[in-house]
Amino acid sequence: MLAQLFGFKGGVKPQTNKTPSVQQPIGVAPLPPRLFVPLHQSIGGAPNPLVQAGERVRKGQLIGGADGWVSAAVHAPTSGTVLAIEQHVAAHPSGLPTLSVVIEADGLDEWIDRRLIDHRSLAPERVREILRDAGVVGLGGAAFPSHAKLTPARAVPVEHLVINGAECEPFMTCDDMLMRERAEEIVRGIAIFRDLLAARQVLIGIEDNKPEAIAAMQEAVRRLAEDYAVVGVPTRYPAGGAKQLIRVLTGKEVPASKRSTELGVQCFNVATVYTAYRALAHGEPVVSRIVTLTGNVRQPRNWDVRLGTPMCDVVALGAPMADTSCYLMGGPMMGFEIPDLAIPVVKATNCIIAGSPKLFPPNPPEMPCIRCGACAEACPHELQPFELYWFSRARNFGKTQEYHIFDCIECGCCSYVCPSHIPLVQYFRFAKSEIWSREREKNAADAAKARFELRNAREEREQAEKAERLAKAAAARTTERKVPSAGPVAPDGQPAVADFVAVSPTSDAEAIKKAAIAAAMERARAQRELAQPRNTEQLNAEQRRQIAAVEARRAAARAAPAVEPDIPSAVPASPPRVGE
Amino acid sequence: MITALVIMALGAVVLGAALGYASIRFKVEGDPLVEKIEAILPQTQCGQCGYPGCKPYAAAISAGEAEINLCPPGGMDGVRKLADLLGREVKPLQAEEKPKQVAIIDEQTCIGCTLCIQACPVDAIVGAAKQMHTIIEPLCTGCELCVKPCPVECIHMQPIAENLDNWKWKYPVIEIKRAA
Ligand code: SF4
Ligand code: SF4
Ligand code: SF4
Ligand code: SF4
Repeated sequence: MLAQLFGFKGGVKPQTNKTPSVQQPIGVAPLPPRLFVPLHQSIGGAPNPLVQAGERVRKGQLIGGADGWVSAAVHAPTSGTVLAIEQHVAAHPSGLPTLSVVIEADGLDEWIDRRLIDHRSLAPERVREILRDAGVVGLGGAAFPSHAKLTPARAVPVEHLVINGAECEPFMTCDDMLMRERAEEIVRGIAIFRDLLAARQVLIGIEDNKPEAIAAMQEAVRRLAEDYAVVGVPTRYPAGGAKQLIRVLTGKEVPASKRSTELGVQCFNVATVYTAYRALAHGEPVVSRIVTLTGNVRQPRNWDVRLGTPMCDVVALGAPMADTSCYLMGGPMMGFEIPDLAIPVVKATNCIIAGSPKLFPPNPPEMPCIRCGACAEACPHELQPFELYWFSRARNFGKTQEYHIFDCIECGCCSYVCPSHIPLVQYFRFAKSEIWSREREKNAADAAKARFELRNAREEREQAEKAERLAKAAAARTTERKVPSAGPVAPDGQPAVADFVAVSPTSDAEAIKKAAIAAAMERARAQRELAQPRNTEQLNAEQRRQIAAVEARRAAARAAPAVEPDIPSAVPASPPRVGE
Repeated sequence: MITALVIMALGAVVLGAALGYASIRFKVEGDPLVEKIEAILPQTQCGQCGYPGCKPYAAAISAGEAEINLCPPGGMDGVRKLADLLGREVKPLQAEEKPKQVAIIDEQTCIGCTLCIQACPVDAIVGAAKQMHTIIEPLCTGCELCVKPCPVECIHMQPIAENLDNWKWKYPVIEIKRAA
């Protein structure tokens, strides 16, 4: 049943350091007193808060509704009271805040009413919606909403569904333990994805340094009488990169400009499949995930952690050693240093590593590039990191794009092998975010230009229209005056025409204008008088109450620095009077 | 001798005809330089350069009437890009560089006079006579043109703070220093 394997170019073999954290089964992390659940935990639109401070929530209750199609909902990880919806430091290298729901746990851990769903009895669109509203996202680290990947491309049928259990990052073992302990649920989950995509063949790729996980998955596949191929792939970082695994298992090369569905392949992480299964078959939205806690700690282990648990609470479970100097979220190759232990565990948190100067010695100083080419050999995407480095360093971003900087997956292989200790990936991250920011600025400038031109065109048109109107009105008035004065004959028998001619036309036009202005002013005065009673006078009791309520809300919003720009709902007590 | 002259003359005629044809056939429409310059300008439309918008300033630069360092929103970055494009010398900016900002209307004070709406070059303000006005932040270019016309001084400029959407990875050298 073993498929023929293909190789991918480049890659490295760092020390895996996986054994310490697989000695014990997955533990359930204790309930923290307070949880900080960021609303924006996936790629795509930021969910809108659906609860208010003071409200009681139950475990699994929707607290953030998906915003748009590429977005995923967020749920309360336990039962308790919403303390606030406020800015809290985000799980992000910057340490900047993000809008989060703070929940005080009541210790009951009471579930919402769970509805079990058989995905075969529903239309695929409906299943995708359910997955979105259950907050199912890629748990490999990218946090891309899964339902958005579950629509088969119209033109290309899905040939292969690749299930990613490779877990190539050193230290990380959360997928390994999940496959060992919950293989059956994963295999049942795969069926959901296979049906949604109508995939012809399912390939489960697991690095061959996890024989227990491979055995457990094979056993589960056999027990459930499925025809999935469980394939051990050679251990080499980054075999768990989606593109690398697809290449190894199917031989297909996914170019950066294309999505894998266009080639008839789709790839999901095992943990993602597992949560999708729990969401449908148990009605449990994503409220927790498995996190590897390892590194410089006395008790490395995998924990089932509720989303929103502050990192400090998780770290304490491992009893970090005294010389711990930093913590990483994610693996040592692709992760980032945690800026603040107050940050919460989110859907993308697969691993927390305590670091010490011994474990991660500080990088020796950067030396000049000797153009040895080692980085190019290690790059799994066949890029030329030394060229990219050169242009990023010189801030020549156009050139970096010519050298395909956006094909770089920031795997870190190049930095790993560089004999000059150049932090290549940092340069690439810098260059990429500069390019994105310039792109944003350019788009904003283009939009501003378009709006400016639109406005100018509108103003010109309005002016032309006005001039035309005035000309018409003037013409109309002249004919009006001409017609009656030419017709009747004056009492003294003289034709009125002489009378008309005697009056100079200019002074006549001026007089008309003056009269018109005077009339307009008179009208305006009359209108003003008419409108004298201000809209805040003569109110009935109900209106007064409404105004008082609005004022109170406003005052409250000002006193507590509003988390969101709160547009005061200025409800006019009487219908708005526009213009005078 | 005669043949050589004839060949040379013939060559000259043929090449001249080809060049003449090319100059007609591949004639460039419009003024591409103005467009290129305008693409570099930030389109804030603030008039701080002394021209009534980015396009007139671009036209003035291209005509050689204006210096390239007059646009404060473009910053030194913009000056450098213009110098690059035009082969002119980089000069220090003729004003201080400001962080990007947006205008905020104090909605409590706004009397609904519509003066700011008329001033805004990009239609980033909504409101109606005697109604509270507000600024659509993503559309505001931070040109400050609405600040002065407001009779009750309820508009102020606020720098855009760093947030998760505009955060950038820093140049690695800084990172290393910080870690040390
Ligand atoms: S490995 Fe380092 S020294 Fe060698 S070519 Fe690449 S960047 Fe230069
Ligand atoms: S980080 Fe980018 S450039 Fe470096 S090896 Fe990985 S893909 Fe290649
Ligand atoms: S100063 Fe710059 S942004 Fe402002 S109008 Fe002139 S060119 Fe445009
Ligand atoms: S709102 Fe004010 S600062 Fe913003 S673009 Fe309009 S006029 Fe300029």
